[in-house]
Amino acid sequence: MASDDTFPDDRRQMMESINGFLRDSVPHNHELGLSVVDLGVAEATMRLPYAEKLVGNPETGVLHGGAVTTLIDATCGISVFMKMARMARIATLDLRIDYLHPATPGKELLARAECYKLTRAVAFVRALAHHGDPANPVASAQGTFIIVED
Amino acid sequence: MDSTPPGPAPRIANLLRQVRLTGEYHLLTEAIPYTRFLGIGVENTTGEVLCRMRYAPMLIGNSSIPAIHGGTLGGLLESAAIFELLLRTQTDRVPKIISITVDFLRSGRPQDTLAKATITRLGRRVANLQVQAWQEDRSRPIASANALFLLS
Repeated sequence: MASDDTFPDDRRQMMESINGFLRDSVPHNHELGLSVVDLGVAEATMRLPYAEKLVGNPETGVLHGGAVTTLIDATCGISVFMKMARMARIATLDLRIDYLHPATPGKELLARAECYKLTRAVAFVRALAHHGDPANPVASAQGTFIIVED
Repeated sequence: MDSTPPGPAPRIANLLRQVRLTGEYHLLTEAIPYTRFLGIGVENTTGEVLCRMRYAPMLIGNSSIPAIHGGTLGGLLESAAIFELLLRTQTDRVPKIISITVDFLRSGRPQDTLAKATITRLGRRVANLQVQAWQEDRSRPIASANALFLLS
């Protein structure tokens, strides 16, 4: 997908095109099996399947924070694309993650991000990671992105 | 979450005793699946304990630049903090992350990335750390983090 492609109107087509982009052009997301499961006007939801290789504490089986960071960073980036209604070159400036409770071993993790403010140069995003119930989040995050190229 | 694991998991406390005595850091980094997966090792070649994330194509986040995925840099910074706590304090469990703030300063090139964590406060229950990650030039970090951990 070219970096300045405008999104197709159809939501499902859009999801397929983003998932295709992740699969073909983002090797690390592909390695983790990350996929988009829902899109909104300025929102995105992604899924991270549980995998033994992502465990940070072998005594509990709890995922390493780095895997959660990757899921949240990727989801935040896609919510910015949704708010922009196209894919531009963006880069994460900062990301703060609060771990509210440990991820449950064996369960897939979802992240939902919302780009709540977009200026010409900067996008502001917040996100929650959860196991299916956003009211009981595993992690809460806030980040900023710079729009590198318009 | 602190319940007994179902299978025979590596005993971190036993490994730590050995690693603290012998400096065989690989025993520890290999016992943690995520650091093994990212190719993160601990080394002490200059009298200073550093973390190294060996470059592999699967660490790339954007193939058109190409740049290392920000999530893996977050994983490296957090891992460096965890290993600093495991090797510098007497804790015998993997510390639990409370909060981390990562600043991405430059894009990571497809090469090894180093990281150094510094404990800025060590309390009875909470530790604060500052972490830097760089590639060839230590004075030009590519990412930095402030992290809080719960020790128990």
